[in-house]
Amino acid sequence: MTTEHAQNQSFAGHVGYVLRANPVTMLAFAMLGFLIICAIFGPSFVPFDPLASGDQILQPPSWAHWFGTDHLGRDVFSRVIVATRLDMAISIGAVALSFVAGSILGCAAGFWGGWWDAVISRGLDMIMAFPLFVLAMGIVAALGNTVENVIYATAVINTPFYARVVRAEVNIRREAGFVQAAKLAGNSDLRVVALHIFPNALPPMMVQVSLNMGWAVLNAAGLSFIGLGVRPPTPEWGIMVAEGANYIISGEWWLAVFPGLWLMFAVFTFNLLGDGLRDIVDPRQRR
Amino acid sequence: MLKIQNLRVQFQTRNGPVDAVRGIDLMLGRGETLGIVGESGSGKSVTAFSILQILDQGGRIVSGELNYSGVDLSNASERDLNDIRGREISMIFQNPRAALNPIRKVGHQIEDVLRHHAQATVQDARAKAIAALKEVQIKDAEARYHAYPFELSGGMCQRVVIALALACKPQLLIADEPTTGLDVTTQKTVMDLIQALAHERQMGVILITHDLGLAGQYCDRLVVMKDGAVVESGAPETLGRSATHAYTQRLVAATPHPGKTLHELVLGGTETPVPDQGDVLLSAQNVTKTYVGKSGPVHALKGVSFDLRQGGCLGLVGESGSGKSTVSSIIARLQDPTDGAILFEGASLLDTSAKKFARDPRRPQVQMVFQDATDSLNPRHSAAQSIAEPLRHLGNLTNIQRRDRVHELAEQVGLPSPLLTRLPHQLSEGQKARVGIARALAVSPKLLILDEPTAALDVSIQAIVLNLLATLRHQLNLTYLFVSHDLAVIQMLCDSVAVMRQGQIEEMGETSQVLNAPETAYTRSLIDAAPVPIM
Amino acid sequence: MRARLIIARLIQAIPVVIGVVVITFILTRALPGDPAVYFAGDAADEASIQQVRETLGLDKPLPHQFLQYVRDLVRGDWGNSLSTGQPVLADLARRLPASLELTLLALLLSCAIAIPLGVMAATSPGSWKDHLCRVLVTAGVSLPTFFTGILLVYVFYYLLDIVPSPLGRLDFIYIEPDSITGFYLIDGALTGDWETFRGAAKQLVLPATTMAIFTLAPIARMTRASMLTALSSDFIRTARAAGLARRKILMGYALRNALLPVVTTLGMVFSFALGANVLVEKVFAWPGIGSYAVDALVASDYAAVQGFVLAMALLFVALNLIIDLVYALIDPRIGFDS
Repeated sequence: MTTEHAQNQSFAGHVGYVLRANPVTMLAFAMLGFLIICAIFGPSFVPFDPLASGDQILQPPSWAHWFGTDHLGRDVFSRVIVATRLDMAISIGAVALSFVAGSILGCAAGFWGGWWDAVISRGLDMIMAFPLFVLAMGIVAALGNTVENVIYATAVINTPFYARVVRAEVNIRREAGFVQAAKLAGNSDLRVVALHIFPNALPPMMVQVSLNMGWAVLNAAGLSFIGLGVRPPTPEWGIMVAEGANYIISGEWWLAVFPGLWLMFAVFTFNLLGDGLRDIVDPRQRR
Repeated sequence: MLKIQNLRVQFQTRNGPVDAVRGIDLMLGRGETLGIVGESGSGKSVTAFSILQILDQGGRIVSGELNYSGVDLSNASERDLNDIRGREISMIFQNPRAALNPIRKVGHQIEDVLRHHAQATVQDARAKAIAALKEVQIKDAEARYHAYPFELSGGMCQRVVIALALACKPQLLIADEPTTGLDVTTQKTVMDLIQALAHERQMGVILITHDLGLAGQYCDRLVVMKDGAVVESGAPETLGRSATHAYTQRLVAATPHPGKTLHELVLGGTETPVPDQGDVLLSAQNVTKTYVGKSGPVHALKGVSFDLRQGGCLGLVGESGSGKSTVSSIIARLQDPTDGAILFEGASLLDTSAKKFARDPRRPQVQMVFQDATDSLNPRHSAAQSIAEPLRHLGNLTNIQRRDRVHELAEQVGLPSPLLTRLPHQLSEGQKARVGIARALAVSPKLLILDEPTAALDVSIQAIVLNLLATLRHQLNLTYLFVSHDLAVIQMLCDSVAVMRQGQIEEMGETSQVLNAPETAYTRSLIDAAPVPIM
Repeated sequence: MRARLIIARLIQAIPVVIGVVVITFILTRALPGDPAVYFAGDAADEASIQQVRETLGLDKPLPHQFLQYVRDLVRGDWGNSLSTGQPVLADLARRLPASLELTLLALLLSCAIAIPLGVMAATSPGSWKDHLCRVLVTAGVSLPTFFTGILLVYVFYYLLDIVPSPLGRLDFIYIEPDSITGFYLIDGALTGDWETFRGAAKQLVLPATTMAIFTLAPIARMTRASMLTALSSDFIRTARAAGLARRKILMGYALRNALLPVVTTLGMVFSFALGANVLVEKVFAWPGIGSYAVDALVASDYAAVQGFVLAMALLFVALNLIIDLVYALIDPRIGFDS
């Protein structure tokens, strides 16, 4: 057995240890797998067309309609499952954009410091000077009420988090011995940042990604709840809760509760996952 | 007064329980000073924590008797222990600044202890706290009473910690590496203070340290620990002259002190010839470095000049903040000086800025070994990758040639080739140091800058690494610029030495001359502060 | 020294305010199509659009437009709301106390639960208490506030019927208290009108709980983490070695230190809370600035939305300023560069 192999095994062993010590993390991974399956295969498996109205309106959950039907007679279960793909796509798109932007900005600010740092940090501070959901509202309202703009707005409000993590991680390693050694080995600054410092910032970044995914889902759903972004009749959790809210006072709870629970389930998964990843990345955080 | 019998301490780790202390016996009489000496992982600190029952989480005393003046500590209730802690037995720690509550005035922290042990009332607590501060020779104690730890120097913080520990007049003081991280001159004053107070109060002291020289100077009796067990004990002089256990002998040999030669550090070592010196390789002329600080400019270097001949070894010695590391990083072309000239083989190194120096043809010729081996290796790169890194950019070798070169380097620095695929955290400190040296040598530099390469190492490993450096210097005809705070180390490796202080060279000359007949008071105080050899 | 610090911090807030104004200005000019068309409203003809364009200065260069924008802001002219027909600033000022009362009460509630929870988890890391705490707060932050609100309404209003209907700050059977601070609870208490106080409190319970559940997690997590750090610090070991009582070590030494990072986190928590506020206000028909903005969004009433965004940002800057000042007062190390 080569040492390379032993290393992989020891990493796998470490992950295994964390999972065993933390059944909650294991559960989170299982839940994530379930969500991914829903997002990919959901639309082809649901029993009803999520957009098709029916004559059975406002039916409580039954064998035929697991989650009941809404005011137009549409099957709530089908709509909830189909919405998974859209909600995940919005948050993945937004998080990917902010990951890239945040990494670049954070590296520049953290490594070169000085003028770069001042400009970038002040710029990020300006974004952070807004309550973030409110800024997202403002951006979507200004740019126009479309799904793409919801993605951009969510990306903008998430970028400072990534940029700050990267900036801090890069900054503490800027003077590290191995970075100086890399310079002595003839690496240019750009190579040093990209190949020696940034990879070391990835673990905390991954934690940030999974925590942010949950938050991005919440934001997108929140925006559509107040009528921004996705529009009816497209199945989307936030809209479904908003539509169902009108019926809750008269007791038709299933309209709002099932999409709400599903939304919560997705966010919960990402949050648990983030905590678990943090344990894997840094076992000191939780002993 | 204190009697420990068959103490065993276990720590729960993910790989099952690990024995940190395996059945040790210790005795301490009233007024006696006992030194527990051992390298990292020897269980010396765990022993100390066990006495006060303040082990970290996961630690557990498995068996053994801890008897203090008739009280069985291992079976005492938490309530009884809290009465003993601080009043009967006190403890001081390394890293004094962290040992104090950062957001509480030091005076109040001392009051907390006094009040808790009913040694003071609300009315007289303050006066007693100030008196405690005065006892540890803190000047202007009334004003210092109101200081926060961050407003005090490291040495001052350690005095406060001592004042806090001794406020209730305990009978036993446990000092866990009390001077680690302090400058040598501060180290001496702190140790002298502890010694004087112990003498005055007839107080027992347990001094825990990795430094055999320090322990030998201040202790009546020494206990040498290794891997959780006591290896040998006895009076310092006896141990120094006629240690019976092989480990003690090795430790005694590896402890540097003035007058010792390099090969004497390692048992059975042989003398390494010193290379002949050629022309001037490096010449620093009036190098200055000024930073822009918040409160005006900070003059890190105020005009430093020296010459270094081909094959020579210049030691730069100084305390923290003396500017020695700034010099090394400027010579290594990681930083630009504010002013001055640096000539390498007669040509100016400053023609190319530090930022662009990575592409300078002379980049391979000036390389550096860093202080902290752990910090200087990319945690994601294997040993082989780290060593090959300079070859990748500065050499033009094929993949196969590069691999061969890495193996050749590993052999040169004594790193077994199976270890080459390991990541830094899978290597020991000594092995990491070797990787760092191999990397610096990869591109066959002419000048090697060594920035405290052994400061983080245990003495026995330091001894081996220093000898390795001497051998390599001879074999490869290298020129060294050796930066250190430790005169004893410099004295063995370097043929000339420059003493730095506050950004200037205080004194420079041949090593033997500077050490034996220092011209300045500062150099003399540095030499005097180093522990006196007892063996 | 302290006073200098506070002044310095106040000065630091100026560029942030300028930045906020710049961003809101950009947002006003980023409207799709011609902003004049939007501001003129649906019924506008060519001439009135042209008129709006001129009053807004949209025919002038951007820097000039910015200056005029700032001048209008400073004068208190934040535009008129299309839906209410009132000046936006007046609308916002009238509705702000409702939002503030809700948000502050929710945060108070949240801190009162989260900090003890975090301390409890930190004192026995890895235990069932710790895991339970972790799952609880994670569930809390995963609950979309608008959904929590609806769920609470369903359970406590529809099923159990123990709270009044979720519509506004005060049931119609009560008379609004005389406005002193605009906070119904405080005004009720000040005027000795305990009936109104009880009525207002009843209306507040559900929305405040909804928001508190959402903000529990960051505070509890931070408390736990910083408490763990504090407990494993060297100075705690010194305190133990000195024989101090466990309670003193835990509360006097560890918690005091651990609270510093928690205070810093409050800034982030406010950001969450003010965002969640919009959603909660919509669910509970709370007459604050959040529901005002949502209504304005539906009506494409852009001046009102922009006014809301700017007001929220300024409020947030002010809150952050207060947090920083509090921090400077409780941490002796602030302003000392070692």
